[in-house]
Amino acid sequence: MGIIDNINKLFDHRIRLGIMSILVVNEDADFNRLKELLDVTDGNLASHIKALEQAEYILVEKSFVGRKPNTNYIITKLGKAAFTKHIEALEKLIQKPEK
Amino acid sequence: MDEKDYLKDISEIKNLMNRSSRFISLSGLSGIFAGIYAMAGAAIGYIYLFPKPGEYLTLHSWNFKLLLALLASVALLSIVTAYLLTTLRAKKNNEKIWDTTTRRLLFNFLIPLVTGGIYIIIKLNSQHYGLTASLMLIFYGLALVNASKYTIGNVKYLGYAQIIIGLICAALPGYGLWFWLLGFGLFHIIYGSIMYLKERKD
Repeated sequence: MGIIDNINKLFDHRIRLGIMSILVVNEDADFNRLKELLDVTDGNLASHIKALEQAEYILVEKSFVGRKPNTNYIITKLGKAAFTKHIEALEKLIQKPEK
Repeated sequence: MDEKDYLKDISEIKNLMNRSSRFISLSGLSGIFAGIYAMAGAAIGYIYLFPKPGEYLTLHSWNFKLLLALLASVALLSIVTAYLLTTLRAKKNNEKIWDTTTRRLLFNFLIPLVTGGIYIIIKLNSQHYGLTASLMLIFYGLALVNASKYTIGNVKYLGYAQIIIGLICAALPGYGLWFWLLGFGLFHIIYGSIMYLKERKD
């Protein structure tokens, strides 16, 4: 009891979980880097990013590299806390002895 | 979702964390080669270029310039070997060699190293050669520790070892070459061998 409550619904998807895993150990990552690491299509990645952005788990930072637009993603404090809680819940679920 | 899915989640998270933040492919062999080059370099330097008892090494003598050239060639050979071996391995494992992680690794490695290099050159210009070996070991050790955040493996222990003998070397003037040989030669070979054996086991 209680453990399941800490499982974050928002992370119940491979790509969203993947984005968070990458951002939690990197200062930042840009769109192409995420795409390459997660092996997903542009549209798919963008929609998952939007979901995380709306939850305020990640910050979007737009800038220009020369004349090319570049978008960087950074994890927020809230996002980091939510991710840690989720991982702890996962670990507890696995450690739980067989019924 | 059952337990298997959670386990899969966790392994996926770990995998992504490692792949996105750590540069995996530095090979143990490159450590062994770096050690051998350093030892060969030290031997050549000791036999042909070091001042005989009673002589001094002066900044503008040809010995000194040759010694610097020797040092540069040891460094260059080690870098080229590491680059070639790492590229080969990355190709075999289908990894990209030049990505954000590699850039961060190099950047963090170079900050202490370049600082130390410039400091040593300034010291040499004011005729302070005595601590050169010690400073090289210390700054190289700091560079390794600083870069270790971006690598898998135990390169930080090699860094600690270099810093420690660098400090001991500073306390024992006159034995610089031997400590240099120990740090850049023997430690590299030991570390490289351990890494190499580990790689073969995996």
